[in-house]
Amino acid sequence: MSNIVIYPILIPLLMAMVLVFFRENIKLQQWLTGISVLVVIAISAFTVYHVSEQGIVVLELGGWSAPYGIVLVGDMLAVLLVTVASFVTLMCLLFGFNSFEMGHKRHFVYPMILVLLSGVNGSFLTGDLFNLFVFFEVMLIASYVLIVLGGKKIQLRESIKYVLINVISSTLFVIATGYLYSVTGTLNMAHLSERVAMAGQDGLLTAISFLFLTVFGLKSGLLLFFWLPGSYSAPPAPIAALFAALLTKVGVYTVIRVFTLIFYHDKEFTHTAMMWMAAITMILGALGAVSQWEIKKILSYNVIVSVGFILFGVSIATDQSLSGSLFYLIHDMLSKALIFITGGAIISIFGTDKLKEFSGLILFRPLLGWLFFIGVLALAGVPPLGGFVGKVMILKGAVSAGELIVSIIGLLTSLLVLYSVMKIFIHSFWGETLMSEGQEYSTGTNALLPGTILVICIAGMGIGAEWIMTFISQATEVMVNPSIYIEAVLQQISP
Amino acid sequence: METFIIIISGILYTIAVYLILNKNFLRIILGVTLFSHATHLMLMAINGLKKGNAPLLSENGDIYTDPIPQALILTSIVISFALTALLLVLGYRTYIELGTDNMKKLKGESHE
Repeated sequence: MSNIVIYPILIPLLMAMVLVFFRENIKLQQWLTGISVLVVIAISAFTVYHVSEQGIVVLELGGWSAPYGIVLVGDMLAVLLVTVASFVTLMCLLFGFNSFEMGHKRHFVYPMILVLLSGVNGSFLTGDLFNLFVFFEVMLIASYVLIVLGGKKIQLRESIKYVLINVISSTLFVIATGYLYSVTGTLNMAHLSERVAMAGQDGLLTAISFLFLTVFGLKSGLLLFFWLPGSYSAPPAPIAALFAALLTKVGVYTVIRVFTLIFYHDKEFTHTAMMWMAAITMILGALGAVSQWEIKKILSYNVIVSVGFILFGVSIATDQSLSGSLFYLIHDMLSKALIFITGGAIISIFGTDKLKEFSGLILFRPLLGWLFFIGVLALAGVPPLGGFVGKVMILKGAVSAGELIVSIIGLLTSLLVLYSVMKIFIHSFWGETLMSEGQEYSTGTNALLPGTILVICIAGMGIGAEWIMTFISQATEVMVNPSIYIEAVLQQISP
Repeated sequence: METFIIIISGILYTIAVYLILNKNFLRIILGVTLFSHATHLMLMAINGLKKGNAPLLSENGDIYTDPIPQALILTSIVISFALTALLLVLGYRTYIELGTDNMKKLKGESHE
């Protein structure tokens, strides 16, 4: 039964290899991609159920027992994120099936998306620090291809920066892993947690934890986000949606994992630093979003703000704020996908990215307008939608921990976020129409199906929050109490 | 011996950082390559170069050399090799399309 956790990694990877052989048969590629992602969603949803009934699932790869071999660990945090990541990928694919150009379809865009999904799922599920690096690379290499595919000037220009910054941060990741190995003598995360707890987190280990924070900050856009707005606005809309929904969130997940499981002993120092980094991230991200006049740039800066907000909750590290962070993380994956998909549809209708050239879309695309509007409300965290619950929990946790200043920063940036995306809505949907006859009915319809499904999910997260919280509280329990994770992974050897 | 290797890798890091901060794209790629090589050397050195026998069952002896750093380095070499190849191709394509290998000119223009 424990084999179940490897399928979300294995199925997309194998299917990607198969698809390479059907380069010309695009219909078949689309069907196979869609079906395999559907199967992954079904399996991972079943895993969520299984974990909620039976507890953490551990798979020892190759039969090597825990601290010596590589393990895959399906705890609630990991399997929930796997399910949502696969679901979001399916939505981006639904949008992409009709909106990718022929060149993209013929040059392996679907295999690369599947490899990306495999790397993302692997990063969530692995229980070994170096294996995490390898899955990061799988994911990143796929993203390098996806960002440059098409070879336009802007794509080449931005992907050079993106690749360089990621290569350097990956090397830093290897350095940090090497340091940690030479200090503790293990790479298994559960074992690391045990050893660090035993040795006590002294100055050396705290320094290493900061190196990790730098690396994950670069990957997730925590404070070191300067590369993000440029590179996320270069690729076509479905791929940008996929990046915004998945890539930075993997960085956020690793911060959560490493700083709740391994380096949680010196919270005074590491978590306070993380909190102020998150605060600066929120401020700078919000100011960036307000100052831009291009849809893709505004939305990319919004990605940064939400990363700051989620990690603010993580840095408080109480039961409540961690639940809120996880809830908001899941909500953010869905709502970022929604807003990037609908935003991409708006761009494809007008054929430009400039806000000032937009006008009067609501007459011809009322459904798209409403979907975008709900996306805007979801980003800002307006009550009936899912974001509200997450934000309330994070802020409640923060206020009860006495962090008033950063909580106020979080609230104010939410307002700025609302203003920045509302600006897109007003400029593109209100006013006189400038569209010609042909434009009116031909474009932008392919965003409606995935958009509607995502809106239903986001609203469902708000209404069914009680039900979702049963899963999330199980995930938080592991984060607050790492011994559950350690016991599940290292069941054979007693400490 | 470990100290010597660590000093060497420190010198490599210095050169790598100098090259990465350059404007010329090819030099940056060389810098990134050196950066990863310095890391590999350092990984080898900080975990002890050779403490004992090879870690094989047939070998006799009480002390074994830890194989994990080597395994990490091997994996990391493969990845950095692939990425260097990708970077070189990317740099070449960029040079062909945009006509420059100067990072300062890759900032983008407002009218795009």
